Amino acid sequence: MAAQARKFKLFRNLNAKIAALPMIFTTMVVFVGGTIWTVIYSFTDSKLLPRENFVGFAQYTRLWENDSWNASIHNLLFFGSFSMIFTISMGFLLAVLMDQKIRFEDTFRTIMLYPFALSFVVTGLVWQWILNPDMGIQEVVRRMGFENFAFDPLHSPDTVLWGLLIAGLWQGTGFTMCLMLAGLRGIDDDIWKAVRVDGIPKWKTYLFVILPMMRPVFITVLVLAAAGTIKLYDLVVAMTSGGPGNASQVPAMYVYRYMFGGQNLGQGFAASTMMLLSVMVVLIPWAYLEFGGKKNG
Amino acid sequence: MADATTNMTATAARGTKPKRRFSGSNIMLYGTLIFVSIYYLLPLWVMVMTSLKGMPEVRMGNIFAPPLEITFQPWVKAWSEACTGLNCDGLQRGFWNSVQITVPSVIISIIVASVNGYALVNWRFKGSDTFFTILIFGSFIPYQIMLYPIVILLREMGIYGTLGGLVMVHTIFGMPILTLLFRNYFSILPEELFKAARVDGAGFWTIYFKIMLPMSMPIFVVALILQITGIWNDFLFGVVFTKPAIYPMTVQLNNIVNSVQGVKEYNVNMAATVLTGLVPLIVYFVSGKLFVRGIAAGAVKG
Repeated sequence: MAAQARKFKLFRNLNAKIAALPMIFTTMVVFVGGTIWTVIYSFTDSKLLPRENFVGFAQYTRLWENDSWNASIHNLLFFGSFSMIFTISMGFLLAVLMDQKIRFEDTFRTIMLYPFALSFVVTGLVWQWILNPDMGIQEVVRRMGFENFAFDPLHSPDTVLWGLLIAGLWQGTGFTMCLMLAGLRGIDDDIWKAVRVDGIPKWKTYLFVILPMMRPVFITVLVLAAAGTIKLYDLVVAMTSGGPGNASQVPAMYVYRYMFGGQNLGQGFAASTMMLLSVMVVLIPWAYLEFGGKKNG
Repeated sequence: MADATTNMTATAARGTKPKRRFSGSNIMLYGTLIFVSIYYLLPLWVMVMTSLKGMPEVRMGNIFAPPLEITFQPWVKAWSEACTGLNCDGLQRGFWNSVQITVPSVIISIIVASVNGYALVNWRFKGSDTFFTILIFGSFIPYQIMLYPIVILLREMGIYGTLGGLVMVHTIFGMPILTLLFRNYFSILPEELFKAARVDGAGFWTIYFKIMLPMSMPIFVVALILQITGIWNDFLFGVVFTKPAIYPMTVQLNNIVNSVQGVKEYNVNMAATVLTGLVPLIVYFVSGKLFVRGIAAGAVKG
């Protein structure tokens, strides 16, 4: 009787359960299962094929002794912090400009947002061409008479990350601007009326009244910029292939090299597990702020 | 809503005096916006101009200058003669591969996710919300950590390195965003419709096809835009899950341009780059505001 009841329960709503099978498969097998599998095998000495010979934290020790990995972490932090600073400030500034009841708003928005539709590979290759020292910006300026002008960010270890930032920001700031503009438009009109009555200048209002009210939008943009940085891969492959030397190496490239090129799976698993950890460092405080903070009002 | 408020202030004749058209602040404002627009348009301009020049002119000239003599030779060469490794049949191979990857991936991922969203809103079962939460959090996990398990999975299924395998990968990784999109859309549809259909004896699929589908065309268009651009622009999955013969266009483009062999033909490279960017650009310019809605929905997860 009880067994029959349970069977009945399992088959209730059967169509919905069948329809949800792809989702159940994706979450349980790929997301949860795949992640756990990789974390477990990061403690093995798998080379060409995964094998269950556990070696403790040996892969992680090797990972943090590897110059290429350390360089990629450094680059990630550098790129990540500057891309956050610039997307936030430029995105907000552009959104404020767009919010001045201007003419041709749709045209300006279309122009600023179109790079976002492009692939990172396309973006990377175009900027690689524009920054080409023999025929790009540097050469054009030199021919104008400034013969000592030097602008070759992609071929020097000190500046290559700035070259990547120029391209990355070109692609992404339009989108940040759109998110921020939506945030600005969502602010109650009464606030504007109130500050106008008080005679507070516009720039002060933006800085001290509107900015603090946009906190949720800023957090969203920050999380997106951080997640985008950790995923950073195509742009670097297309623009610099990680060079010169290790100067623009990123974790995603390191993982790919060891997992699919270097036949050193264990090392690739350990590196990707570190990537997961870094995402969690960003994600957990955000989830706490977003979902935990609401209870306090 | 914005229109309503501006109308209100207009009729009440409040607010500041209308500005003169050429006031100092206005010149500053439009000047900045035009300057910024030039920065955004410059790469597109350079890309197209370079692709229309002959190689001697590219070497001699200014990359920002329009071509003295327009030639479509680089486009022809990029499309049908450019080499990757030993294959010299141009970018057209990558283009058709991308078409073959994008079309089924877009269709399947949208079907799966829309049915999913529908089940999550109207046919909740025990644990359905838990699966959904994992799905959304899963979208933040770096792909790298799941790559190898998926390779094993596809190999066991016998579809590793095939188009089918890549379609499956795109369906899996498109699922979080799309499911969220559809779930949110279905949840604001009036529940009475669903209940009335249930009373009339309609089942899961009847309600989906006869009621939900016809009412949700706008969100299907948003999903379509999101997926076409996203899948067309993919690079990582293309590299990992396919073989050179079926590489998508982005991967082939990178191999053509960044190959170390031979003399660099920058005009051909730029023609190839424009060709690869063309599909998403057309989708972008045709879809207009829907594109903004699509990516905003895709970006603001959870």
